[in-house]
Amino acid sequence: MRHLLGIEGWRRDELESLLDRAKAHLPGAPDTTHLLRGKVVANLFFEDSTRTRTSFHMAAKGLGASVLNWTHTGSSVSKGETLLDTARNIEATGPVAIVMRHRSSGAPHLVAKHVKCAVINAGDGTHEHPSQALLDAFTLRQRWGSLDGRTVLIVGDVLHSRVARSNLHCLKALGARVVMCGPPTLMPPGLESLGAEVTHNLDAALPHADAVMCLRIQLERQGQAFLPSTREYARLFGLSAAREERMKADAVVMHPGPINRGVELAPAVADGPRSVILEQVSNGVAVRRAILEVCAA
Amino acid sequence: MSSTVLFRRGRVIDPRNGVDGVRDVLVRDGKVVEVSEAPLPVPSSAEVVDATGKWVLPGFIDLHVHLREPGEEGKETVLTGCRAAVAGGFTAVVAMPNTKVVNDSAMVTELVLNRARAAGLCHVYPAGAITKGLKGEELAEMGELVSAGCVAITDDGRPVMNASLMRRTLQYATQFDVPVMVHEEDLTLSAGGAMHEGTTSTRLGLRGIPASAEVAMVARDLVLLEETKGRLHVAHVSCEGSVRLIREAKRSGLRVTCEVAPHHFILDDRAVGDYDTHAKMAPPLRADTDVQALREALVDGTVDAIATDHAPHGVLDKQVEFEKGINGIVGLETALGLTLELVHAGVLTANRAVELLTHGPAKAFGLPGGHLAPGAPADVTVVDPDVEWTVDAHQFHSRSRNTPFHGRQQKGRVIQTWVTGHKVFDTGQVGQSKESR
Repeated sequence: MRHLLGIEGWRRDELESLLDRAKAHLPGAPDTTHLLRGKVVANLFFEDSTRTRTSFHMAAKGLGASVLNWTHTGSSVSKGETLLDTARNIEATGPVAIVMRHRSSGAPHLVAKHVKCAVINAGDGTHEHPSQALLDAFTLRQRWGSLDGRTVLIVGDVLHSRVARSNLHCLKALGARVVMCGPPTLMPPGLESLGAEVTHNLDAALPHADAVMCLRIQLERQGQAFLPSTREYARLFGLSAAREERMKADAVVMHPGPINRGVELAPAVADGPRSVILEQVSNGVAVRRAILEVCAA
Repeated sequence: MSSTVLFRRGRVIDPRNGVDGVRDVLVRDGKVVEVSEAPLPVPSSAEVVDATGKWVLPGFIDLHVHLREPGEEGKETVLTGCRAAVAGGFTAVVAMPNTKVVNDSAMVTELVLNRARAAGLCHVYPAGAITKGLKGEELAEMGELVSAGCVAITDDGRPVMNASLMRRTLQYATQFDVPVMVHEEDLTLSAGGAMHEGTTSTRLGLRGIPASAEVAMVARDLVLLEETKGRLHVAHVSCEGSVRLIREAKRSGLRVTCEVAPHHFILDDRAVGDYDTHAKMAPPLRADTDVQALREALVDGTVDAIATDHAPHGVLDKQVEFEKGINGIVGLETALGLTLELVHAGVLTANRAVELLTHGPAKAFGLPGGHLAPGAPADVTVVDPDVEWTVDAHQFHSRSRNTPFHGRQQKGRVIQTWVTGHKVFDTGQVGQSKESR
């Protein structure tokens, strides 16, 4: 039993071993429904999610587990139940793992301290989203074999992005160089000490990247003085068709979804030949099966 | 209980009166009678305290304590807060007004004073609210609060965001000569923040509270202070920028004093670790460079007092998501040990450490005590400077246990506390309250 609260703290060999196992869960691989047969995996989602929740659901099913799907809407949370009480009640149903998403950074850490089963972080606040980073790394390894010496450019709202933090830890651990690019108001302090390089000039950084990962700009950030407008954001940091032409010939474009088309990513680029966005999604189930296998089986 | 006590052969450290050496201290009828380098004869019927190898100090004074009564008696009461105080060597505490009936009237002030009298353990000085209900809108009746016994006014826990209201508060307070104690936090800068803004907040994905949230308000209030010729006390200073401004203001003659809490000079933001809500407080634990600056300010006199910001909370208040975790930690029973860490580390002299716990706070608020000259109140704290012990939150006399220091090794501990000549704490045991005495 092992928790997956974040990528931070996982060693390179542990990450590589998990990513190698994920290959055995790709479509067409031998049946794996014996791994968690008769076991329960609880999906505990305090925040709306489609892609991650269904992906974990399918992953658990693929390992033969039953899935308890709990969502915050219509639950006792609206009656004032605390996070720990909810988690303990879910634990009482006997799951081997709790997969949880929560709007507060660190919520899975709190739960992990008080339950006996594995806790898998499916996204906590603006902290980490480890399964996303693992499926991103899996997708890049499919392309490149190894990430050693590769440069990944992460563009956008790093401040509020759990995807960016998990990817930073994951990509660095796997040997890649990570460059973060965005407006200064959306770049938190101390990124350099966590191993990233920081720039505010997308056009200068773009030609050196082997992969460009565009982060979702949350539209509600307008009006909080992080940005004057999404229009200006798109002009400065949007991956337009014109910018795409200046990328390396074989460089790929990634996005954790959901996309604001025309803001951080031009439709032609999102749907173009460099895009691996749908590969990211389809790799998600295999990677999450590997996560459940490593943490709970 | 004897009314005459002789403390024999202890190391008396009394910074106000320039005393640091082995002395006998004779107290009678609640006052210090004599402090003598030569051994004094034992008066008949005197209780004798052999203080050989111990420190005999003026009772500690804490300018910043939350006693939670009235309204949150599950966290602390005046009685349990006083028990924690004397266990920590404090003989006087200033009680913050942010109780769940706010102390913005003589009625609440008198309630606190009555409870303190009934407890009969240490001096309790209430602080009154600046604004009615701490809402930051209308002034509370300052004259009534002061005449009822408030020694300071403060909206602690909240800043006075309205600059004009703050200016008038400083002006209006000059007629009573009470310090206006301020919790400096620009709420537009701290909004949504859960910890200090820095590498750790970035790593944890927690919204940061920049140092400027405090420093900008300190700057504003020093400008207003200069204009109003008022008296300002800056509570729980947490960062380098604040101490720099206060140092300059003191040099230019402004009537400004300030305090620092032990957790701010011992811990930095890394203590949040993996979302430990016991390391969550307002102002937040800052960067290591801020801790360094606070230590320098303790040494050079910029800081007047070590004050605990003793903030009792229940287990459930802390066993939640970090963002939801309530601010504050208990501090009365850990203050001396943490202060002595700076002495053992060679940062502070013993003399300066004692001054920051005694004469410094007494002078800042114009309170009695804080020294041991003949005629001073017989408030005495006896410390064993060599005993090693481990902080155990379960042994606290406070009703609450919220501390990040549980399990920390300490050297030096309070062994006795005397208030107006009465022994109220002796080696782990708090004395009976006055009513049962």
